[in-house]
Amino acid sequence: MKLTHTLLAGSALALVAGAASAQDLTLVSWGGAYQSSQQKAYVEPYVEANPGVSVTWDESSAEAVAKLRAMNEAGNITWDLVDVVAADAIRLCDEGLAMEYDPDELLAPGDDGSSAEDDFGDLIVSDCFIPQIVYSTTFGYRTDLVPEGVEAPTDVCSVFDLETYPGKRSLEKRPINNMEWALYCDGVAKDEIYDVLATPEGQDQALAKLDTIKDEVIWWSAGADTPQLLADGEIFMGSTYNGRLFSVIVEQDQPVGMLWDMQVFDLDGWIIPAGLDEESQAAVEDFVKFATDTTRLADQSKYISYGPARLSSAPLVSTHADLGVEMAPHMPTDPENAKNTLLYNYEFWADYRDDIDAKFQSWLAK
Amino acid sequence: MSDTTQNGPMLAADGTPLKRSLARALRRQKMRALMLISPLLIFVLVTFIAPIADMLFRSVENQMVSETLPTTTQVLGEWDHSAGEPPAEPVYEALYYDLFIAAEAKEHTKLGTRLNYEYTGVSSLFRSTGRGLDDLGDDYLDELEEVDDRWGEGAFWYDLMTGTGSTDEDLVAAHAKRLEQLTGDKLSGDVGFAPSTEIAALLPKTTAAYADFAVYTALVDGDVVAEEDPWESVYVGLMTDLQTADVASYSGPEAEALQTAAEAAQGIEYIPLKTFFAEEDEDWLNVDIWATVQTYSSKYTSGYFLNAVDLQLTPDGIEARPENQQIYIMLFKRTMFMSLAITFSCIALGYPVAWLLANLPASKANLLMILVLLPFWTSLLVRTSAWKVMLQQQGVINDVLVWLGLVDDAARLVMINNQFGTIVAMTHILLPFMILPLYSVMQGIPPSYLRAAKSLGATNWTAFWRVYFPQSVPGIGAGSILVFILAIGYYITPEIVGGTTGTFISNRIAYHISSSLNWGLGAALGAILLAVVLLLYWAYDKIVGIDNVKLG
Repeated sequence: MKLTHTLLAGSALALVAGAASAQDLTLVSWGGAYQSSQQKAYVEPYVEANPGVSVTWDESSAEAVAKLRAMNEAGNITWDLVDVVAADAIRLCDEGLAMEYDPDELLAPGDDGSSAEDDFGDLIVSDCFIPQIVYSTTFGYRTDLVPEGVEAPTDVCSVFDLETYPGKRSLEKRPINNMEWALYCDGVAKDEIYDVLATPEGQDQALAKLDTIKDEVIWWSAGADTPQLLADGEIFMGSTYNGRLFSVIVEQDQPVGMLWDMQVFDLDGWIIPAGLDEESQAAVEDFVKFATDTTRLADQSKYISYGPARLSSAPLVSTHADLGVEMAPHMPTDPENAKNTLLYNYEFWADYRDDIDAKFQSWLAK
Repeated sequence: MSDTTQNGPMLAADGTPLKRSLARALRRQKMRALMLISPLLIFVLVTFIAPIADMLFRSVENQMVSETLPTTTQVLGEWDHSAGEPPAEPVYEALYYDLFIAAEAKEHTKLGTRLNYEYTGVSSLFRSTGRGLDDLGDDYLDELEEVDDRWGEGAFWYDLMTGTGSTDEDLVAAHAKRLEQLTGDKLSGDVGFAPSTEIAALLPKTTAAYADFAVYTALVDGDVVAEEDPWESVYVGLMTDLQTADVASYSGPEAEALQTAAEAAQGIEYIPLKTFFAEEDEDWLNVDIWATVQTYSSKYTSGYFLNAVDLQLTPDGIEARPENQQIYIMLFKRTMFMSLAITFSCIALGYPVAWLLANLPASKANLLMILVLLPFWTSLLVRTSAWKVMLQQQGVINDVLVWLGLVDDAARLVMINNQFGTIVAMTHILLPFMILPLYSVMQGIPPSYLRAAKSLGATNWTAFWRVYFPQSVPGIGAGSILVFILAIGYYITPEIVGGTTGTFISNRIAYHISSSLNWGLGAALGAILLAVVLLLYWAYDKIVGIDNVKLG
């Protein structure tokens, strides 16, 4: 440990001396449209203002926790800033792999004068998590496959209604979200879902409800699957992230509609890996302060339909950079869309994930 | 052979006995040969064998519990879960101090995650309790400060704990060692603190808590102990000690303050730690949670391996997992069955192609060879995704069948996201591994043998079956081993086209390595898979003989 540290510090010094204080930041993200929205909204303006900084992307967010754990064991952290979903941020924080921070010290205050802590509010779900966006998981459907004489679905429970809306569905190959929807559509009140789901009977009830459509379900594991299946007409409706549906509907102009009913809110944001050397840490902190300020977060929504995590950014949300579409109505947080929503329950799933996943996988395999 | 003759040992030219000289020459030769392969050997050892061994070791490793809660697991050893009563106060006391330093070092949530694999709910129990640990000590401090302001000061505490006379260096060293175990880092440096033996005997719990604080402050934070305010756990220790200690006769530094505090302590409500934990979360009174901690407190565990075969280690011994959680045995069976199916379909499809390749004139054979190799050079993902386009319900094959009128538009065939899809796609992907060894073996079979058989009156079939086929068996053996072993560990293709019924055990291993982060279980599943492959290889060697396998 000590030796590698000294060696690392030594080579870092040599690099710095050679490159005249050039700073290379390695940012980790999800690739695709989301990463390019970050590139355009934060990185390009930042690099323009700080010509000494260069940014390298690593598209590893999906395996970030496993990779950070491995890096930590090897004693060599090669990432500077990592984009993860909130649940992963909590796990990284739990394992001491992410740095805890003080919002008011690290982050810029809001444009409206509110402190960073108030501006982000409850979205700071872990001491290590720096929120960026609110996204949701919800359903899209083929408008041309809605049976004649039937209204297009507006209710999440149409997923379970094979009589009115025949056809295949796609659901994510994991219990999270699916179990909640199943209970909700089986008549469980929204604020009791997690109490019910904590009991073995409740878990059986949810699986029994999912059983009614099991034969018609294609299970997805990659975010691109449902949009692809919708575009191919393989399914009638399926769950995916709201930004993916925006791109299918608005950018690609496919015959697809979407539901906002019972959308499940989730958060995505940055964590700073624990144990960075002082110099990288200072560079990263400077970048994060810039990348999470009110303007930058609002700018990101020009490129992708995810809601900025700051309250003060919401009024600044404008139109899509290329299409000129007004973005506010496509935000999951838009009051019109957020009439009936569910918030991902981090605490619950941190506890029950392994247990329910074992039951879910065993049920799937039968 | 004897090394002596009647005239004494046989000597080499330089006068040494011939046998020794020969042995030396042979040894030198062997060393030279070893040195030639040593780069490869070291490479394989460092990049392949060592990581695998390290990963497999995690399937039994379980030091985390006893390293994070060393005192608790020790005290808990005598507790018997079958009585149905939660453990007594000393266990909760040990837990408080163990958990306090673990929370300071941010290790307690790791343990929560570990134990959550065995008992649902432990993860949040540890996380939330870790947050509330400070409160108790803070309350005591407030009361003590009312008596004497200095109780909150680092320097005052340092004087009190250092005392006069002989000091107990061993105690600090023991706490430093325990901290090293907890954090897993080598800690060096001078703590700059040792408690006086008198104080250590008078206030044992306070001293232990203060030693934890001193070691952590000096070695991890790099601060000076005397300048830092002590942890809240020290106040809890002091209050516990003051319930029983007789401080009236103590005469060291700050003795007066201590005596005043002891008097005041009579008036402060003392909360036993069992009550404190029960108030934090009533799950701390749950016998099952304590039984789980006890069961998993040994340094090595068979728990992961048991989980990997649908069993579980409970306080009452090994039990089958609930039926609705059993999955791994079924997945192992399915992986075996599907790998066999893939191997056989590779033989069925590959044999004629290899035969053609071996028997066509060179120019045509080369063209055919390119056709065999072309998919081999294409990305695995591209080939798998191509099968998706081909096989899906709105895909090419279904479209053609519907257009031909063979299949009704409303009843399109389901050929993907199931076992069929996986077998088709993997057969295609692994086919070259069957064809190539078959081809090179068939090339070595002289065509004259077939002609000879026919000229002796054999029919085409007899000539093939009795003469040609037996000679090509080594190729089938080599191809089958290659295909089967590759198939059994395949991950990406079943993940994409397997749906729910066509996935392999490797998909679960990947899930545990990268998603659930239960590396111990992933390692146990991997170890079992490795053992099965080795076992099959051994069985193959016994039945067919590995010498009969030819790659060319």
